[in-house]
Amino acid sequence: MTDLASAPTKRTPLYDLHVALGARMVPFAGYDMPVQYPTGILTEHQWTRAEAGLFDVSHMGQCFLIGSDHETTARALEALIPADIVNLKPGQQRYSQFLTEDGGILDDIMVTRSALPEEDGTLMVVVNAGCKDQDFAHLAKHLPKTIKLILVPHRALLALQGPKAASVLARFAPEVATMPFMSALSTKIDGVPVHISRSGYSGEDGYEISIHEDKVRGLADRLLKESEVKPIGLGARDSLRLEAGLCLYGHELDLTTSPVEANIQWSIQKRRREEGGFPGFERIKRELTEGPKRKRVGIKPEGRAPAREGTEIHDAAGNKIGVVTSGGFGPTLNGPCAMGYVDTAHSAVGTRVSLIVRGTAMPAEITAMPFVPNRFYRG
Amino acid sequence: MGNTHYTKDHEYVRIDGDIATFGITDYAQSQLGDVVFVEVPKVGAHLKQGAEAAVVESVKAASEVYAPVSGEVIESNAALEGTPATVNEDPEGKGWFGKIKLSNKSELDALMSEADYKAYLSTL
Repeated sequence: MTDLASAPTKRTPLYDLHVALGARMVPFAGYDMPVQYPTGILTEHQWTRAEAGLFDVSHMGQCFLIGSDHETTARALEALIPADIVNLKPGQQRYSQFLTEDGGILDDIMVTRSALPEEDGTLMVVVNAGCKDQDFAHLAKHLPKTIKLILVPHRALLALQGPKAASVLARFAPEVATMPFMSALSTKIDGVPVHISRSGYSGEDGYEISIHEDKVRGLADRLLKESEVKPIGLGARDSLRLEAGLCLYGHELDLTTSPVEANIQWSIQKRRREEGGFPGFERIKRELTEGPKRKRVGIKPEGRAPAREGTEIHDAAGNKIGVVTSGGFGPTLNGPCAMGYVDTAHSAVGTRVSLIVRGTAMPAEITAMPFVPNRFYRG
Repeated sequence: MGNTHYTKDHEYVRIDGDIATFGITDYAQSQLGDVVFVEVPKVGAHLKQGAEAAVVESVKAASEVYAPVSGEVIESNAALEGTPATVNEDPEGKGWFGKIKLSNKSELDALMSEADYKAYLSTL
């Protein structure tokens, strides 16, 4: 039954396409999004790892920071995030987080330095749909007046992920074939300007394509005509990223978690670890030196029952040592997998734990991630 | 056939003398999506009509399955552990969850006939 009392959900520019394809639509971050198509989550997940899956991620937030030159804009953003942006090469992309003063995470983001010399001083930032209003307000509040913040809600975003993504997209834009992982370029497909990065959220090779909302349907239709491409919903997007060991804001990352606890300290480059100059530096410096109190780990249940978000993790003596933050069934793994936080003392790979599922202690083991090997493009 | 009854929660129960075979309906499996795990009732368990009898999990979520009738579980479909997808493929046949020895035949009066269930589905 439709809940007439709730706020109307927003639609991406591809809403009509999803409905035409028979998608089951669900509310997500204020948007009506496809959780799956008639193919179902298992098929969509497997397809993405074997062929190329097309995702509508237009609900995410896109914006540009524009300053007089790259270093000026980079330093302004570096005041809010722990990544090294100053030393990004033109067209290079990095993963980072907006941090709070006590080292917690407001959102995780992707930052790209424009590849074009005439756009020197421009950084593109992509943020999560559920946080975008707060993120944009955060940027507007903290960026100096010398930096222009341009929101681009008229831009849609597609992701094409999987081992066939490169050969498919290269049919439309040959230069994408040799793009390094975590790089971006601007080009045209069928005469339409697009901004393409070689990045994604599936653990596979793939691309994210920013394009005007009036043109995205045309591009999506074009891509879906290719035999290797199928539309993929948010259900498979979640199972893919879980197997890939990637964090989801609101689950592994929140206001209480630091990047060190979350085991994403690799995204804090050496120069920033030494110099600081971002919120939460004291806590991060301390955790890098002394170790954090808790750590994000992979968890492999021994049996076939999944352990989901909120499941308590106990040690052999029955003491609570942590909690599952994401868990489910991994279609490629063909078994359950989960991520969560445990007290550091119990975080070593191989540590045996119990997961309290429906009141019963199910045996499990702390494991390394990703659960399924990543296949990012290495050239 | 007069021997299959349905619940509002989309369980079915097929009666053969004293024995009731139950599972989830085709509508339920299509709503769930791909089934990845089933916890069948334990043999010897005493189920009460309307109480939790089994668990069926899709990729996204776990769902409870309620006992359509009361009685002792005399058999459970252990094969579903290895091939949970059977619930999607043949929910009202090979995808059965358990067999219950009926303790109270009058409980069937509270359930829907196939015709009533079909009518109920058209309202959803």
